[in-house]
Amino acid sequence: MSYGTPVPDGDPLMEPFWQNAREHRLSVQCCRDCGDRHFPPSPVCPSCLSEEQDWEVVSGKATLISWVTFHRAYWDVLQSQLPYDVCLVALEEGPLLMSNFLGPRPENAREGLPLRVAFDAVSDHLTLPKFVAA
Amino acid sequence: MTSMNHLRNKVAVVGVGNTPYGNFPHKSDYALGADAFKAALVDSGLEKHEIDGLVTCRVPYYARMGEVLGLDPRWTLAMPGHGRMSGMAIIEAMLAIESGAADHVALIYTNIGRSRRMNYGGDDSASVWDPWGFTSPGAAHAMMFRMHMQRYGTTTRQLAEVSVAFRQHAILNPDAVMKKPMTIDDHEEARPIAEPLRLLDYCLINDGAVCMILTSAERAKDLRKPPVLITGAGGRDAFRRSAVANFDPDMWFTEAQDTSRQVYEMAGVGPDDVDALMCYDNFSPTVLFSLEGFGYCKRGESGAFVEGGRLALGGALPTNTDGGHLSNSYMQGWALNIEAVRQLRGECGIRQVPGCEVVHYVATTPCTRSIIYTRA
Ligand SMILES: [Zn+2]
Repeated sequence: MSYGTPVPDGDPLMEPFWQNAREHRLSVQCCRDCGDRHFPPSPVCPSCLSEEQDWEVVSGKATLISWVTFHRAYWDVLQSQLPYDVCLVALEEGPLLMSNFLGPRPENAREGLPLRVAFDAVSDHLTLPKFVAA
Repeated sequence: MTSMNHLRNKVAVVGVGNTPYGNFPHKSDYALGADAFKAALVDSGLEKHEIDGLVTCRVPYYARMGEVLGLDPRWTLAMPGHGRMSGMAIIEAMLAIESGAADHVALIYTNIGRSRRMNYGGDDSASVWDPWGFTSPGAAHAMMFRMHMQRYGTTTRQLAEVSVAFRQHAILNPDAVMKKPMTIDDHEEARPIAEPLRLLDYCLINDGAVCMILTSAERAKDLRKPPVLITGAGGRDAFRRSAVANFDPDMWFTEAQDTSRQVYEMAGVGPDDVDALMCYDNFSPTVLFSLEGFGYCKRGESGAFVEGGRLALGGALPTNTDGGHLSNSYMQGWALNIEAVRQLRGECGIRQVPGCEVVHYVATTPCTRSIIYTRA
């Protein structure tokens, strides 16, 4: 899964997310009992504590909340990409997602900018959902 | 809702101590902790055998700390090395003393992060966001500051006022790590780390230890130094929105407002009564969020509020008079709490706030905590 940045402990809860991403689907965990959508995934529903959790493919529509430009690499693999941006987006369905812009940062980037998901296969095993201006 | 209001002025800080701050590769956590404990014990005038409560924070193993110090407490609490824990630990100790679980509690914080090359990012703090290259608490604060800039027009030059004021204080503090004068332009020209933040928005990483000794206000009367009372305390955690570590999409405003209501009500004072503010400053934007959340200025107006040296000694709201985490020492809130005590005792020499009677400690974090100290 890793391409130099670790996926912590190979978290089994995240496996459906990565599988969906490889197939170019963005998904979040959804509670079968109360419908609460959440991400990152949780062993029980944070709203009603049900263990009945599904993964739901979401629209891929989002709005930009904020972004930062990293000038320091905490992993060697990112050294060559400096400086690089990380953005925080709010999915239309609610959950927040930390991600990257695919390609250059949109020129009119500011809070509220409409975005849509795009997929970046960074290795044979890992596809990262990223975002572009909608 | 119940409150802690009945605990107003019941518990006192009677001893404080700290090690030098710097890079000590040959000293263990326990050696530093012992140095700080000895200093605080002397400061309090207590005998070692009178310590019957122990709080350790960031100390690898509480029992080893007790073994090193020759203590068999009847109440012990071990807390992890997060900046938010200092205020939490002091409140816990207050509750332990008031409940009768312990009479004299020593709280010991140790940090050897500098000499052991702690990074605070990457493999030191693995998270679900690593594959996108997002890591480090500083980047989380950069995210929030960008939001503040966009929503309210706050500028990096306004943010610089925070770092510049605290550096002025560090220059007056013999213990402080950073003594080089700093201007707003220095801040603007510093190396970017996670933009919009630059090097001078980041706390130091250094070794050191701090100890505080607390007891009841009643027992404190007979001790060596004039007691400093815990007059107000409050807190609120924000775990539901904590998926991004050290980040909150509302900059913990709701939690800070809730905490401020608790602490001001218990203490019977408000922001206008505060002579000095000790504000947790792992990154400079936290100070702006705290000023707004605790009612020192209106929401969105902290940038203008800090202009013109308002936070500097001689300004209207002297803040982090020891230099804070940005310029004194990375003691994760603990050094600010002992600075509060020293200001109220009038022990701060050339950095003393004149007529200091009310000092407010604030940590606006996923576990927001606040304490108001006053002179007995
Ligand atoms: Zn549910």
